[in-house]
Amino acid sequence: MDAEVLLKLHHLHLELPNGTALLEDVSLSVRRGDALGVVGESGSGKSLTAMSVMGLLPGLKASGAIRFEGCELLGMKDREWRRLRGAGMAMIFQDPMTAFLPVRSIGAQIDEQIRLHERLSRREARARTVALLGRMGVPDPEAAAKRYPHQLSGGLRQRAMIAMALSCGPALLIADEPTTALDVTVQAQILTLLCEIRDSGAGVMLITHDMGVVAQTCTHVAVVYSGLVVEQGPVAAVMARPLHPYTQALLEAIPPLDGPRPDALPTIPGRPPAPDARPEGCVFAPRCRFVRPDCAVRPALREPEEGRRVACVLYDA
Amino acid sequence: MIRSFASRTGQMLLVIFGISVLVFAIFFATPGADPTARIAGRGASPQVVARIRAEYGFDRPLPAQYATMMQKLFVSRDLTSFVNHGQRVVPEVLQAAPVTLSLVLWAAFFWVSGSLVFGIAAAVLRDSWVDRLLMVLGLIGLSMPVFWLGEVVNLVTQSRWHDTFLFRWVPPLGYVPFSQSPWGWAKALFLPSLTLAVCFIGLYARVLRSELLTAMGEDSIRTARAKGAGPVRVWLWHGLRLSWLSYVSLFGLDFAQLLGGGALLTEVVFAMPGVGRLTYQALATLDLPLIMATVMYAAVFVVIANALVDGLYALLDPRIREGRHGR
Ligand SMILES: Nc1ncnc2c1ncn2[C@@H]1O[C@H](COP(=O)(O)OP(=O)(O)OP(=O)(O)O)[C@@H](O)[C@H]1O
Ligand code: SF4
Ligand SMILES: [Mg+2]
Repeated sequence: MDAEVLLKLHHLHLELPNGTALLEDVSLSVRRGDALGVVGESGSGKSLTAMSVMGLLPGLKASGAIRFEGCELLGMKDREWRRLRGAGMAMIFQDPMTAFLPVRSIGAQIDEQIRLHERLSRREARARTVALLGRMGVPDPEAAAKRYPHQLSGGLRQRAMIAMALSCGPALLIADEPTTALDVTVQAQILTLLCEIRDSGAGVMLITHDMGVVAQTCTHVAVVYSGLVVEQGPVAAVMARPLHPYTQALLEAIPPLDGPRPDALPTIPGRPPAPDARPEGCVFAPRCRFVRPDCAVRPALREPEEGRRVACVLYDA
Repeated sequence: MIRSFASRTGQMLLVIFGISVLVFAIFFATPGADPTARIAGRGASPQVVARIRAEYGFDRPLPAQYATMMQKLFVSRDLTSFVNHGQRVVPEVLQAAPVTLSLVLWAAFFWVSGSLVFGIAAAVLRDSWVDRLLMVLGLIGLSMPVFWLGEVVNLVTQSRWHDTFLFRWVPPLGYVPFSQSPWGWAKALFLPSLTLAVCFIGLYARVLRSELLTAMGEDSIRTARAKGAGPVRVWLWHGLRLSWLSYVSLFGLDFAQLLGGGALLTEVVFAMPGVGRLTYQALATLDLPLIMATVMYAAVFVVIANALVDGLYALLDPRIREGRHGR
């Protein structure tokens, strides 16, 4: 099973230069052909997790392990990491309007990524760009490549963004809330596209705060709370029988699949702790229904059942 | 395209017209002051005064006076300076223009390259001692009066150390036309233009640094890094691309006002017979026709430069291009 693990984060810990821990303990894994949904409230550290995998957080101190295709990424030289970025792993951002450079055409920006990683002529790169845009369902891809970001609709921009991410055939695609800025119908189309990418054999890490999106698109789910992964498992099993009290609370109000998506997770009374004020024991304790005395010692992520991991004293045998 | 060009030209003409009316009003239609006496200069004979009054039509209504003045400036171009013994004013300005143009072009070259190097270096090494040093130097350059700096440069290169190997090449003050000797032209302009550029280097480096640092926080820069672009590419290709809009507009304005005579102090200190020095002389002798001519010349340059900057803007940013088509 370990052979096909594409990305494995092991006790990833990320702190500011002043010592405040932004990510406490993130452990998760993505296999080829899997789509891992990463869910959690705003500020729980989902984006930070993604950015650490890409190595885009130069100011922060990371420890633990990030294994990608068997290589340890932490401590790698920036030059080597750069070769991976865009080629081995690629990222899609939330707002395709601001994520593209506004002053260059979409096609030029996709060409640029291709030519950064492969020795191709301008014309060959453009041919691939047009083919990719066509595959992403952009109508008249040749003309679309010549347009500037502001001339395309939000949906087309996000398709172009995905085309750019896929342009060098990455093994891992990280999508950070790729549909939040889009309206519902376009959202569904983009999610379908992500499913197709997953089916073609790439690993997908989909960051979202929408459990409905996870149910629709992902094979696995990791729940992040205040910089810690508190539960990970196959989507169907987790949805049917969530183990962690936080996951249970999240799932109590899944939004309907075809209604308007909420902007935030359904509310649970209370707020997640700030990075510099995490409780000593279980981070969810202040809001937990089942809190008991032994929650004062932080529970580790364990595997009480095959393929399911949870960090809660209720499952410590 | 043609329509927007035509409307642009119309706008420019309108602005120039407005400026000319304003300038005319200030110098010739100020109540209580007789422009005839002022044109004639101090201690002119009654015959001269009478001739001027008839020539400029100062006994006629204001619009007619304005028309006469503009006709003399732009059509017959025979506006004459009486202070300066019947010297024709327009050819004088046109003769001075290439001097100013050479000086300002050289200065622009120095301040653009200097500010690019210093601004980028300070931004890349932000908060390090290099950054702090460069920004302090920039502030010093920014606050050094150009006439003082010019005098110091002259003192050092013309007399104090002129005979050392460092400054032996420095030619005497003044201008050498390009057509006469390109090498002499370059030598004559080197120190004056560098002096003029110093305060601009300071200002532009600071502007570029802050713009670059703002741009580096943009989402699109994060995307560039996620694509696997290296730091050089991210800073120079993506970062600069996002941050040079305000730099360009600032540059257009400064360049235009310098061409229009804003390099006055530098030209005076280095004895360059340019438009600025002409303005200075005109002001010193209260030579009204010459003042009128130099001010109009400056206005035309500022307006043209503004149009060019707008064009460059549209070239650099497709979003602006669009906005103009829509109008
Ligand atoms: N460079 C940084 N310096 C200091 N704090 C940071 C930095 N980047 C992120 N944070 C903090 O880390 C926490 C987690 O941020 P992150 O962006 O990962 O949240 P998120 O889960 O993606 O939330 P959202 O759903 O709003 O995108 C936030 O509280 C944020 O304020
Ligand atoms: S460890 Fe305790 S406080 Fe934390 S989730 Fe489990 S029961 Fe609740
Ligand atoms: Mg986020």
